[in-house]
Amino acid sequence: MKILVAVKRVIDYNVKIRVKPDNSDVDLTNVKMAMNPFCEIAVEEAVRLKERGVASEVVAVTVGPKAAQEQLRTALALGADRAIHINTSAETDEKVESLAVAKLLQKVVEEEQPQLVILGKQAIDTDNNQTGQMLAALTGLPQGTFASEVKVEGDKLQVTREIDGGLQTVALSLPAIVTTDLRLNEPRYAKLPDIMKAKKKPLATQTPAELGVEVASKVTLLKVESPAERQGGIKVGSVDELVEKLKNEAKVIS
Amino acid sequence: MSILVLADHHDGQLGSATAHVVAAAQQMAKESGGDIDVLVAGENVSAVAETAAQLDGVTRVRVADNAVYAHQLAEPLGDLLAALADDYSHVLASASTTGKNVLPRLAALKDVSQLSDIIGVASADTFQRPIYAGNAIATVQSADRLKVITVRTSAFEAVSESGSAAIETVDTVVDNALSAFVGEELAQSERPELGAAKVVISGGRGMGSGENFKLLDGIADKLGAAIGASRAAVDAGFVPNDMQVGQTGKIVAPELYIAVGISGAIQHLAGMKDSKVIVAINKDEEAPIFQIADYGLVADLFEALPELESKL
Repeated sequence: MKILVAVKRVIDYNVKIRVKPDNSDVDLTNVKMAMNPFCEIAVEEAVRLKERGVASEVVAVTVGPKAAQEQLRTALALGADRAIHINTSAETDEKVESLAVAKLLQKVVEEEQPQLVILGKQAIDTDNNQTGQMLAALTGLPQGTFASEVKVEGDKLQVTREIDGGLQTVALSLPAIVTTDLRLNEPRYAKLPDIMKAKKKPLATQTPAELGVEVASKVTLLKVESPAERQGGIKVGSVDELVEKLKNEAKVIS
Repeated sequence: MSILVLADHHDGQLGSATAHVVAAAQQMAKESGGDIDVLVAGENVSAVAETAAQLDGVTRVRVADNAVYAHQLAEPLGDLLAALADDYSHVLASASTTGKNVLPRLAALKDVSQLSDIIGVASADTFQRPIYAGNAIATVQSADRLKVITVRTSAFEAVSESGSAAIETVDTVVDNALSAFVGEELAQSERPELGAAKVVISGGRGMGSGENFKLLDGIADKLGAAIGASRAAVDAGFVPNDMQVGQTGKIVAPELYIAVGISGAIQHLAGMKDSKVIVAINKDEEAPIFQIADYGLVADLFEALPELESKL
């Protein structure tokens, strides 16, 4: 089976973000960027399915500016066979919303006809948690979101999902869309020889216009602010003092 | 135009999240002036509908009771919502795993954007939502004809239950050949749900092992608390992911939050910094958690926890 895996270029998760002084957005100038952590899990899962002989080909795709090709090269170094870059540099990069990304990926799905599409459950910049579900709706395919285990069983896909309070298992017809949760797997690091080899793997580029997708959104970002700072309190010297404060000062226990 | 709220429910009981989502809907309705309807979709959900009808501010409870909606799978629920949505200006759900699973499907089917996890309502079309793990708050305005929104329940006070809304049956039945429910494994617990608990006690990597999480049990029993964990404790394999408090886990805002052996990574703080009172117990006095804690105790948790339990 062919697997399509979608990745996103985002701020590195270790970087502390800054809001621009004019409150127009988060400042991304000269900030370290990386592959979204949930997308790393998606790539890892696709590569493992290939290593197990379940998948025959892994195609990585990203929607983003020219620089997002770095993340595609990472996916190729991790084991993807080829990559597709949907270059949105002509549009305002960060403003390509989940719905537009889903529409672009829908075109890629129509073209590539994968049996399985794996995406991260959310990107750590916008924290939307939407694209996989939207892609499933647009393609008319079933979805296994927040997956902690994925098993191909004949013509069905069994997905264990992390839900509030526990786990749920669903059986999906194939082709299907899966979004990854933290415990699906632990992604590997790319080895140097693989990074070198990845430079020679095929990477195709397309634009939203070529795919016939309008990326404009009806949602306007009015402003971005830093959250209210919480003031630190006091240090207590003992458990006795802590219990006394909670009873008599904070009045949260009786 | 009216607002439709998708009810959270499980095991024949209305989830506590719905009363919070109705509160958010009321803030939107103040301006747009429409009714608030609640949709209960599932199988054998009449008791859920009756509880939902008691929520203040609700005009109608619409009940879609059919085997195809059992377990609230995303595919049939998305289709059902899409069939009903044209009568509404807003469709809301809690940012629970069900709401997050279903609502983007509706949005895509209706060719509109979704606003995820809102924490504030500025007007009927303008909302606040956290981005970058809560390290920035975005104010966004939607010009879509239908606003599809998930609500962070801890940001809105629940409405009370003194209402008596009309209950109506929805006859729409959709097909689902795409997905089937196989099974469910829910953590059995006498304790309150993390998202709804008034007191939460969480352990971090400092707990050292899953076994040591038992040290939290006695305190949780005495305080009626839910037990949570940091992502570091989950990643270390101490406890399951559904105990995780943080941007990639549960977002909680209890009256009292006790962080034990948790350093205070940004991603954890994003999940609990709106708690009313925060207590931190950590042997590292430089731990960032102390910068936001109301009461900090620098101590070895293996000594402090048994002592705390005995003194409560």
